[in-house]
Amino acid sequence: MSLQNITYTDKKDTRSGFGVGIYEAGKENPNVVALCADLIGSLKLEKFIENFPERFVQTGIAEANMIGIAAGLTIGGKIPVATTFANFGTGRVYDQIRQSVAYSDKNVKICCSHAGLTLGEDGATHQILEDIGLMKMLPHMTVVVPCDYNQTRLATKAIIERHGPTYLRFGRPVWPIFTPAEDETFQIGKAQFLSQGSDVTIIACGHLVWHAVLAGQELEKRGISVELINMHTIKPLDVDAILQSVKKTGCVVTAEEHQMAGGLGESVASVLSQQYLAPLEMVAVKDTFGESGTPDQLLEKYGLMPKDIIAAVEKVMARK
Amino acid sequence: MQIAELKDTATQVRRDIVRMVHQCKSGHPGGSLGCADFLTALYFEIMKVDTNFKMDGVGEDLFFLSNGHISPLFYSVLARRGYFDVKELGTFRHINSRLQGHPTTHEGLPGIRIASGSLGQGISVAIGAALTKKLNGDDKTVFVLTGDGELQEGQIWEALLFAAAKKVDNLIVTVDWNDAQIDGSTQHVCDLGDLKAKFTAFGWDVLEMKGNVMDEVVFTLTEAQLRTKKGKPVAILMRTEMGFGVDYMMGTHKWHGSAPNDEQLAKAMAQLKETLGDY
Repeated sequence: MSLQNITYTDKKDTRSGFGVGIYEAGKENPNVVALCADLIGSLKLEKFIENFPERFVQTGIAEANMIGIAAGLTIGGKIPVATTFANFGTGRVYDQIRQSVAYSDKNVKICCSHAGLTLGEDGATHQILEDIGLMKMLPHMTVVVPCDYNQTRLATKAIIERHGPTYLRFGRPVWPIFTPAEDETFQIGKAQFLSQGSDVTIIACGHLVWHAVLAGQELEKRGISVELINMHTIKPLDVDAILQSVKKTGCVVTAEEHQMAGGLGESVASVLSQQYLAPLEMVAVKDTFGESGTPDQLLEKYGLMPKDIIAAVEKVMARK
Repeated sequence: MQIAELKDTATQVRRDIVRMVHQCKSGHPGGSLGCADFLTALYFEIMKVDTNFKMDGVGEDLFFLSNGHISPLFYSVLARRGYFDVKELGTFRHINSRLQGHPTTHEGLPGIRIASGSLGQGISVAIGAALTKKLNGDDKTVFVLTGDGELQEGQIWEALLFAAAKKVDNLIVTVDWNDAQIDGSTQHVCDLGDLKAKFTAFGWDVLEMKGNVMDEVVFTLTEAQLRTKKGKPVAILMRTEMGFGVDYMMGTHKWHGSAPNDEQLAKAMAQLKETLGDY
């Protein structure tokens, strides 16, 4: 299975995939309740609200209260989906999530847009790059980072069907759609192999999966056999998939739109250091805040482009 | 339950509280003792509950403890009401116990529906449960207790604003207004000002009561229930005395979070009649 056949069909924002997904989930399951803290348009909730107005809770700009209300809604069987920007839905309300959701084992879905650098011009106040780390550290928490519009729609429906506190991370920019609209291989906690290879394993999540595809296509042209894994679920991590691949390739590159500390790369590093030593290079933001700019300018400046993944592959293969 | 019976039950609950914090040499007796009349009245007279515990509580009145540090009181009342064996009260704050320092659902203790301890979160949770009752067509009421020092948390005011704006009128919030917190009086630490005016300005229907006078507690809670489903959330500003029932624990914030020694335990036991049998 080569990467050369992977191409995109269209471009849409992942948050729009969430908007469709929550509408469909709401249609199928009368217990789904959406909450939002004054960002309906940004979260693409219009269709859900139009169709199920009694199942929408507008909290106003009060995220802590929103998380608490979501926890309470579960008592009596509702499936609350609390939505806002990733910065306000994780870091701002960490203790509320820790105590009222995770420790209390409440079936709350925290679904956040505008994660990472690619929200663009709003700048570093809004560009959270620590949210995966914050959420994955909480016991009981599932963390899912889908890679495109189609996968975000499927992930939204999947996390709602699956019991347990969950963080779903997606974003703002229009982005290539390269996964199928219906995809039986998509399962929470199960890595997806986009190619089989023997020289290097690339493990990516979110928007950076597309950049990894582009990087992998170029590397294949250069004769390097790439095994590309879409690790859409950061927790629970598909450890078997990582070990199975690295035992074949002997080295790994991770790629994500997140701080190096606390991200997917660190989760992979933990597996490798404890279970199968192999060289690892991480493509991620290196202990810095972002800034204003277009998504492409920011991804370029902070080293998250396909060329950065290629450079990391060259480096890691030299370390084998 | 007759008022005399409720008073006897509250006295036994107070004995339980002091004995629990004594045996583990930690915990929060002051606020627990102060709210003993309130929580006894709520569970033994006011709320319709099923002690065969189900997390969803459909068709039941629900109670949430936001000021989770008064867990000795919560555990004693739940055990005395029949949620679990009173013998288990002796495990409070011990390793491998379901009776954690602060309440949690994590250990599966019947009667607990949310973890609390980090302050300021309970009213929001109660609002969520109240909204679910409305969505489910469940006409029962959701109660929540918060401390007064706890009102210094910002999330409280987010919740108060929301509940009035969205007419969450199947909700009764009681504030344990004992004027004391860890670092001293609430006036000294960060004055709450005119609480009645604040709640009223936020759009709540506000009642006041003396929280250590049992017949007044029962009367006011009954009145509060009558005021639900009328378009406004209901607040009860409950004046209590921290440490009520044990003379040397009253009139000071010193017993907010410290446990009595053997001698002090004996003195407290002499003031609290064993009415239902110690655990």
